[in-house]
Amino acid sequence: MTAASPRFRMTTRTRVSSWATIGAAILTAGLAALPAVASRGLIQDLFFIFTMLCLAQYWNLLAGYAGLVSVGQQAFVGLGAYTLFAATILAGIEPLTAALLSGVVAAAMAVPTAFVVFRLRGAYFAIGTWVAAEVYRLVLAQVKELGGGTGTSLTMSVVSSTAGLDWVSMAFGVRTPAARDIVVYWAALALLVITLAGIYWLLRSRFGLALSSLRDSELTASSIGVDAFRLKVFVYILTAAGGGAAGALIFLQSARISPDSAFAVLDWTAYVIFIVVIGGIGTIEGPIVGAVVFYFLQTYLAAFGTWYLMLLGALGIVIMLIAPKGIWGSIADRFDLHLFPTRRRLVVTSTRRTGDDRQRARQSGPPSGQMRR
Amino acid sequence: MTAARMLSISKLGKSFGSLVVTDKLDLELGAGEALGIIGPNGAGKTTLMNLISGAIVPDTGAIRFDGRDITTDSPQRRCRAGIARTFQIPHPFGNLSVFENLLVAAAYGSGKREAEVVEACGSILDMTGLLSRANRRAETLTLLERKRLELARALATEPRLLLLDEIAGGLTEAECALLVETVRAIRTRGTAIIWIEHIVQALLAVVDRLVVLNFGRKIAEGEPRAVMSSAEVREIYLGIAA
Ligand SMILES: Nc1ncnc2c1ncn2[C@@H]1O[C@H](COP(=O)(O)OP(=O)(O)OP(=O)(O)O)[C@@H](O)[C@H]1O
Ligand SMILES: [Mg+2]
Repeated sequence: MTAASPRFRMTTRTRVSSWATIGAAILTAGLAALPAVASRGLIQDLFFIFTMLCLAQYWNLLAGYAGLVSVGQQAFVGLGAYTLFAATILAGIEPLTAALLSGVVAAAMAVPTAFVVFRLRGAYFAIGTWVAAEVYRLVLAQVKELGGGTGTSLTMSVVSSTAGLDWVSMAFGVRTPAARDIVVYWAALALLVITLAGIYWLLRSRFGLALSSLRDSELTASSIGVDAFRLKVFVYILTAAGGGAAGALIFLQSARISPDSAFAVLDWTAYVIFIVVIGGIGTIEGPIVGAVVFYFLQTYLAAFGTWYLMLLGALGIVIMLIAPKGIWGSIADRFDLHLFPTRRRLVVTSTRRTGDDRQRARQSGPPSGQMRR
Repeated sequence: MTAARMLSISKLGKSFGSLVVTDKLDLELGAGEALGIIGPNGAGKTTLMNLISGAIVPDTGAIRFDGRDITTDSPQRRCRAGIARTFQIPHPFGNLSVFENLLVAAAYGSGKREAEVVEACGSILDMTGLLSRANRRAETLTLLERKRLELARALATEPRLLLLDEIAGGLTEAECALLVETVRAIRTRGTAIIWIEHIVQALLAVVDRLVVLNFGRKIAEGEPRAVMSSAEVREIYLGIAA
């Protein structure tokens, strides 16, 4: 065959996606500049949304794409948080550097954890991840240097050693606690941008296509050369790293840690699943919608205590029943709206005669009898 | 090292419980050769395909591909080595588009970057008559279209050995003739083929050699027309095909 000019082209762009990218860039710039004008309360609230959204994106990648329904992601939040406390208190490492280290340690711990839980399937996998998290909680409760079962706090000197703190105090004219809030807010925003951009990039690479193929049929995926096990372990380790870094920031912000809070299944897994499910599993946009909805529920209804939890549960179930694809999934379906499209479309660029034409020409020929069997 | 022996299967055995589905089977295939397999329902044809592609592991015996023992290799490893298959019951990636079904197969099966395989995927869709469905979700396809997608997806991995499992069932005569033409075109490029099919006419138009399986055993092998006219085959085969 001669080297013909290409007849096909691939595109992922949709009409709104270019605008969405520009919008996201402007929003990010706006959020980065926000501490100059916003109240400390708003900064804290946004910090909460950012970190929960990061965790939700990781769980979405795990469960929504790789089919790994884990209820033990608090293991990596807790390990990351404890790494931060150990590194800053015991080794005197600067807190933001320690948060990076937390990601590395969580990823490293994900390897032996995967070795155990990946032997389990389905519901047993879920239970296995939860048990693993409990094991880590019990082990860390034994570490006297980090307060054992009651936990410990970051000293003022550790907090004020955070990079950029002095500069923020001076620039914004705020005291150390408020300056710390701003610095961790920026760190969380950075983690969120890296998370969203990273996941989007991942899903648009051939790796993302392979993940989607696994979700539909592992049997077929293996027959075309996709290594399911390797992909899943990779996603598990990647999301553990993110969870560890997020955990480090969350507990740097609160400056206090205990095994129960660091490894809380309710905070770092149940709420996270709620966010993903109500927002829409298997999309990047879904968890964003879910995190915002969850924030408002939390803000206005948390005072009702147990009733609040029951309401969350009921709401989760109702949404699963009437809109299994979540809030965003329903919107996306109805209006064919994809802000971060990952779907590859084939575009025919040349109008040379195609096989379809050939076939049509044939089929419109004289009718022929059925083939003998 | 014998270039002619691309695939070599020796004393292959597989049982499901007490049911022997593959019984001390020996089979050889040369590079670029086309082999047809026929046999009554439950003869173990699909099982043989599963054994060659690695979907199931044999109890006994060995499979060699390009002189290398692949008996215990994973399906993905065999695919990357150049073996592709279709599924008798189509298993598309339902939530991916038809084009994406091929794209992922091409990218992983041949280890290339997505951008490098777009052209090939488009051509395969064209050749298999699926171009007009390229951007539809695979789960919206009809059964016949799904069968074509099975073939298209297997081709996208750029196989040197293509395993086809009943891809002609339910086609009209014109469609069947078109399929035969397509499979012939694949052969011309040097791809070896093992084709399981109940529609013998289609097989006879393509294959060099025919194997008849019954109860997991090879009961006849040889030049297609000679095999089809042997008394034993006529009895077994026409017995079920009537
Ligand atoms: N996973 C399995 N577990 C148990 N029995 C199986 C399994 N797979 C196949 N069998 C049995 O093995 C026998 C051979 O099946 P196989 O699918 O290989 O037949 P086949 O020749 O492809 O038949 P057909 O023409 O109907 O496609 C059948 O009796 C089938 O029920
Ligand atoms: Mg079969």
